Formats: sequence, C-alpha cells, structure tokens
Amino acid sequence: MNSLILRVATRFMLPLLLLFSIFLLLRGHNEPGGGFSGGLVAASAFVLYGFAFGVSEAKWALGVDPRGLIGAGLLTALGSGCLGLLIGQPLMTGLWGEWDLPAFGKLHVGTPLLFDVGVYLVVVGVTVSIIFPLAEE
Amino acid sequence: MTVGLLAAILSGFVLAVVAPKLYGVARGCSGWLLALLPLGLAVYFASRGQLVASGNVLQEGYSWVPALGVSLSFRLDGLSQLFALLITGVGALILVYTGGYMAGHPQLGRLYAFLLLFMGSMLGLVLSDNLLGLFVFWELTSISSYLLIGFNHERSEARAAALQALLITGGGGLALLAGLLLLGQVGGSMEISELVKQADHLRTHSLYVPILLLILAGAFTKSAQFPFHFWLPGAMEAPTPVSGYLHSATMVKAGIYLMARLSPALGGTDTWFWCVTVVGGTTMLLGAWLALLQSDLKRILAYSTVSALGTLTLFLGLGGTLMIQAAMAYLLGHALYKGALFLVAGTLDHETGTRDSDRLGGLFRAMPITAVAAGVAALSMAGVAPLLGFLSKELSYEAALHAPAAAWIAAGVVTANILLVAVAGVAGLRPFLGKFIPTPKPAHEAPPSLWLGPIVLAGLSIAWGGWPALGADALVSAASTSVLGEPIDTHLKLWHGLNLALALSAATLVGGVLVYAVRSPLRRIVSGLEGIGRWGPAGWYALALQALNAVADGQTRLLQSGYLRYYLMIVFVTTTGLAGATLFARGRLVQLGDWSGLHFYDVGLVVLIMLATVATVFAKSRLAAIAALGVVGYGVALIFVLFGAPDVAMTQFLVETLTVILFVLVFYHLRETPALSGPISRGRDALIAAAVGVLMTTFVLVAADLQYHPPISSEFVERSVREAHGRNLVNVILVDFRGLDTLGEISVLAVAGIGVYALLKLRVGKKAPAADEANASHENDLSEAKPITKSVVTREGEDS
Repeated sequence: MNSLILRVATRFMLPLLLLFSIFLLLRGHNEPGGGFSGGLVAASAFVLYGFAFGVSEAKWALGVDPRGLIGAGLLTALGSGCLGLLIGQPLMTGLWGEWDLPAFGKLHVGTPLLFDVGVYLVVVGVTVSIIFPLAEE
Repeated sequence: MTVGLLAAILSGFVLAVVAPKLYGVARGCSGWLLALLPLGLAVYFASRGQLVASGNVLQEGYSWVPALGVSLSFRLDGLSQLFALLITGVGALILVYTGGYMAGHPQLGRLYAFLLLFMGSMLGLVLSDNLLGLFVFWELTSISSYLLIGFNHERSEARAAALQALLITGGGGLALLAGLLLLGQVGGSMEISELVKQADHLRTHSLYVPILLLILAGAFTKSAQFPFHFWLPGAMEAPTPVSGYLHSATMVKAGIYLMARLSPALGGTDTWFWCVTVVGGTTMLLGAWLALLQSDLKRILAYSTVSALGTLTLFLGLGGTLMIQAAMAYLLGHALYKGALFLVAGTLDHETGTRDSDRLGGLFRAMPITAVAAGVAALSMAGVAPLLGFLSKELSYEAALHAPAAAWIAAGVVTANILLVAVAGVAGLRPFLGKFIPTPKPAHEAPPSLWLGPIVLAGLSIAWGGWPALGADALVSAASTSVLGEPIDTHLKLWHGLNLALALSAATLVGGVLVYAVRSPLRRIVSGLEGIGRWGPAGWYALALQALNAVADGQTRLLQSGYLRYYLMIVFVTTTGLAGATLFARGRLVQLGDWSGLHFYDVGLVVLIMLATVATVFAKSRLAAIAALGVVGYGVALIFVLFGAPDVAMTQFLVETLTVILFVLVFYHLRETPALSGPISRGRDALIAAAVGVLMTTFVLVAADLQYHPPISSEFVERSVREAHGRNLVNVILVDFRGLDTLGEISVLAVAGIGVYALLKLRVGKKAPAADEANASHENDLSEAKPITKSVVTREGEDS
C-alpha cells in the first residue's frame, strides 16, 4: 500500500502502540488490560507497519523471528510457573516480592506478571506468524 | 533397602539402548558380550535362592504416584525366582544363539535391542508387586513381542502376524487392566502381597466374577489359550531365536504366571475351577492334536507349546498341593526341552535351508552335536527316564490321579501326552535318524554359538533328571511355596515304585509310538478336511478385523469428507442435536425477566447487530460481507462495554480488528467465484443456522435463569486482592487462579500458529510450482485448442 499519510502516521504510531501495549501488560493485574490484549495491540502495531511499509520492513522492525517469540513466550510462562517448585511449592504458585525504588516508590511484583509476559509474547508471535505470510505476496 | 531388583530390571532397558552401538563395535562377538548381562542376572537371582527357599521374600518399593496409590514395588519370592531364572538364563543362551543365527544381518543390532527390551519388561512383570506396575510391564512385553514378530518387516506375513499377536494380547491387556483396577478397588490395595491376605473377602464380593473373567481374559490371550491360541503359530513368522525365547520359554508363560500369582487371591472357587480347567483342558488336547498335523518344524513346536500351556492352565485350575507342584515342575521341564527344540529347529533351517520335517532325515552324521541335544530334548519331551521331562510327567500323573474327577483328568492328560510323544519324535528325532534325505543346502555341523544353547538346555534336562536335588527340587519347592502360601518340600523322584503313574507313563510311550506310526495316513485324511479350519477362531479373527476396517472406512468416508462445510455442518448438527435434546428433556420454562432497565441505545445496538448479520448473509461481494461481519463483532464488543466488562470488550475489539484483516488477506488470495450452492443446500444451511441460533439464545436465557450452585465469583472477588494481589479479577483468574488452563491455552495457540504458518509456507514453497505447472499445462491446452477451432471455423467459412 503506497500511501504517504499512512506511512507518516505509522512511523509515529508504532512506538506509541508498542508503549501502549506494554502499559496494558503491566497494569493488567489491577486495571483492564493484561498480556493477551497487550499482545494483540503489539501485533496490530506490527501488522499496521507491514501494511504501510511492506512485510519485509515490518519483519526488520520486529527484529526477531516470530516463531522464536512463540517459543520464548511458552518457556517464560512455563518457567514462571516452575519457580514455585524450586522452593518446594506446588506448580504455578504465585510468588510475590516488594522492592523500594527511590524515585517510584514501592514496586510490588510477582510471578503472575512474568506469566503474563509469556502470554504477551506467544500472542504477538502467533498473530504475526499467521498474518505476515498471508500479507507477503 | 536394596536396589537390586530395580537395577536388575532397568539394566535390560539400558543395555537395549546401547546394544546397537555395541554391535557396531564388537560385530561378531557382540552376542557373547551381551549375554554376559543376563548371565550375571541369572547368577544374582540364583544367589538369592537360599533366602527364597526358606520362604522369605526380597522386597523393595519406590513411591511413584503417591496420590493414586501407585508405587513401583518389587518382590522376589519363589515363583518370581523360577521365572526370573528362566528369563535370564534362557535369555543369555538366546543372545549367543542370535549372534550366530543372524550373523551379518544388517539390523542385528536392532534385534538385540528388542530382545533386551523384552527381557527387561518380562523381568519387571514377574518381579512387580504392584498391579499397575505389573500391567505396565505386561503391555511392554506385548509391544516388544510385536516388534520382534514383525522384525522381518518387509514380509507382509510377518507384519500381519505381528499385528495379530498385538491385537489379541493387547485386547486381552485391556480386559486385564479393567480387572486389575476392579481388583484393586475391591481389595483396597494395589499390592498383590496385600490382596492375597484378603482372599476370603475377594471371593465372596459381588464383583468377584467380573474381576475373575476380566483377568482370565488377559491371561488366556497372553498364554494362547483356546479360542485365542491361533496367534501363537502365526507368531512363528519371528526369527527363530525370538520364537524360542518369547513363544516357548517366557512371554507366553506370562499368563500362567499371572494365574499362579493371583490364584491364592482368586482361585479355589467353582467359577475359577470350571473356567480355567475347561479352557486349559481344551487347549491341551487341541494343541497336541494340531501339532501332530503340521509339517513345518516351528509350527509343530508352536502347537505343542499351546498344548503345554493348556496343561499348565489345567493344573492351575485344578489347584491343590500336588497339582501346583506338578505345574511348577512341568513349567521348568517344558522350558528346558522346548527352548532346546526351538533352537534346534532354527539350526536345521540355518544349516540345511529347510525346516519342513518331511524333507529332513538322517542328519545325525552331518550334525552330531545338534543331533544329541535335539535327541535329549525330544526324549525329555516324550517323558523318557531319567530325564527331567519324565520326572515332571510322573508328578503330573500322580497329581491327576488324586484330582477331583480323576478318571477324566488323567484320561485327558494321558491322551495329550500320547500325541506329544509322537510330536516329539517328529520334531526332535526324525530329522536326524533314518535314511539321509538331500537338503537344499549341504548340511554340516553348526558353529558353537548355535549348538551351545541346545546343549546347555539338554544338559540341564539330564542333570536335573538324574539329580533333582542339584537345584530343580529347590526351585520347584520355592515356587510352589509362594503359590500355595505354605511351606512345600518337593522331592522329584525317578523311582516311585511300581504304581499306576508308572504304568500310565509306559502306556503313554507305547501309545505315542503307535500314533507316530499312523501319523502320515492321519495327516492325509485330515488334510482333506482343511475347509473346517476356516470356521475356527482364526476365521473369526479375520472376520472381526474386516468388520473393524469396514467400520473405520465407512465412518471416515462419512465424517472426513475433506470439505470444510461438511465438517462445520457435522459439528453444528451434533452440538445442536445433543445439547438441544438435553435442554428439551431437562430444561424448564424460561422466564424472560423484566425489560424495564433497557435503554434506547441498548435496543439500537441490538438492531444494528441484527441488521449487520442480515447484511453479511446477503452481501454480494466478499469484502462487503467481511465488513458487515466486523460490524457484528464491534457491536458485541459495545455490548460488553455497556454492561461493564471493559477487559472483555477491549480484547473483543482487538480480536475483531485482526479477524477482519485476516479475512481480507485470505480472501485476497482466493479467486472470486460465483455462488455455487443451489437453493436446496442454501435452505438446509439456513435451517441449521437457525437451529444453532435458537439453541444458543435459549441456552443464554436458561443459563442466566438457572443457578444450581452458589456462584463462584464472590469467592474470587474475596480472594483476588488478598491472595493474588490483583484487583482486576479477569486477569487474576487468567494468570493465577486458572493459570494452568491459560498455560494449556497458549500452548494450543502456539501449536495452531505454527500449524497455520507451516501450511502457508508449504503452499508457497512446494504447492506453488505444481499449481503453476497445472495452470500452465491448462493454458497450453486452451491455447492449442483455440487455434484449431478457429481454423476449423474459418475454413468452413472459406468453403461456404
């Protein structure tokens, strides 16, 4: 698709959409969002980029092999579930920790967030690896 | 706690893995090297003899799935020891023999691996104390037997025989699993040693008969009892060392082992008595008769093994102190002579090029060592003094004469033995005696690896026949003690004095010689009646297999049409039918609730969705249909927004957007085709669609109306912040409460994504050239066709 407006707009939209997707991922545990919707937003961003600049450009912008993302996501999700095993808890037990960060205040994170990161990566990987080949020709 | 038994079992599996590599290095002497393991194990089991003989057991256990009460527990008692020694001792000889028999075969390493795999499984079977552990090893023996029978996998007969053995023993295995699980439930334990203590409770339980029949179905199929006996002769497609190992000495006796093992818990009732003795007796007589009618050495031996297994089953069915001792002695004697005869049959085949008993004769001069071994084994089988076969036969006659209905039992056993004497003559003596018959290959003595096995086994028949106190007594006593649960001291004796048993033995020999003399005319008469065989159990099996294939073919043709529309139709119709029927039968009248809280924009949204649906169905172009479908999806997402589910709404918006993109991309690749379906199929589709719509609507209404259990959401709300540290309930459920589900879902997503990617790439990479070619040739056809028509037309025009 050769549209100047789309190209210029997309150049600004890609980083914003990616930032938004990470925002969704991080706030998911307390506010609407989460790994699934965050992943879909990120995938849409790359699909949009593909429409504006072509699939090969979008692949370059993604930087990694989408199938690699699927594998990494699955491993992350599984790994976050296995962390509990290391300290003798059952599989998928949520572990939480708190850190005091000087500028931000208290940071409260746990393994469910890591799990959500895995979901995010799988969703991006699957969506992109289905849509890119279709859009390629 | 020792780890000896587990290590013994696992060592077979470990060596199976490295055996092909070892064969690559050691080549010719690999059989001798590999035999060291079973030999060592045999020494290990023999060295535990003192312990076991005193009625003690060696026990060890490892927790496996504690939540289900499954443990890996092993137990070595007299019965296990007898079997373990047969498995490892014969196994060592077989490995040596295999090295000579299959020398130079390109897949010899694989055969070693299968044999060792089988050995490990069989050891596990006879040493397991846990029912489920026993079952796992039981199935492993079926699988390794399948691999071994089908070893010459290029032969369709071998493949069919392997499948037949697997289907029959595997089918029996399923029944066995059901029986063992029921037994465990009723007895309250999966440990055999515990169940034996509850024999009275088990025998009087209402589920006793189903348990018994299911377990016997497993044992009968494995041990080739009538009417399942036919797979064993079929299994002779296996290389001869395999037949000698699995189908005479070890695997087929797994069913006997199981019956002996469980007889203290399940035996001694009328049901047991009638089922086991009738089946055993029939098998004993039928096997001996059929053995006499064969000419192929291996088939002769296979049917005589069927007969021996029947005899053992009969003895176990009768039960009692004498009978069990007779069974154990017979088991030992049979393993020794039958193993030797099988190996001799293989040697004859190997050295002369045939194993047809009619074409072998007078080979003593050419192969003296093999001939001696074969002669001893055959005489032991015929029950000639002073060999072990004679001792065990004396004991079995003694036991038969003390059995209930002694006249019938003794008559049956004597008849079978008379036939088997003749069979022994055909299988072990005739090839070596009499006039020399020229053989396809010039006959000569076999190498040591081929005569070692028969010589050792024949030697044991002599040694234990003459001096049973050298070990045979101890083995039989210990095994009988384990089965009977009381100390038994067996003394096998050559000379019992002039009694009825001795007279029967003499009569058996005389009868056997007479039957041998009339064997040839008998075979000629019976061969005229061969058509009867078609109606036997083998015929039933063939019919059942055909029926199974026909059903599979039919349902595949019906359900797997390859058209997406029919798949969807089947899914929709099935779901609507089943769910609708349930709803109709169990549902109640639905209250439509009150409509007062409805806003005008709610109604407007619903109308919009309905209009968009109609537009999707009647759209002229695909793009319009996709856009209209997108409107439906966005409308549904708006409903989520209006009713306070922002999470779901957001996801729905995103999914809907990507779906529209996906549809556009997919349809871009497809050619625009005119509507192909006629009014009838459209009407049918409309009907199905309407049914699905009505059903789903009703479901939603009913689901909102019914509440069988208190909703789980309040508990989730309560625990969400406290335990999962999150205020977004949807997300907490996804990543924490139901995290395992999500893990499963993203795994499915990943597999689906990779699958779609593979399909797309295959289409692009491989199909494309083929399609182009097809198109190109198609175009060529047209381009060739057109000018011709044109020229014809023009020519006609010119003419006119």
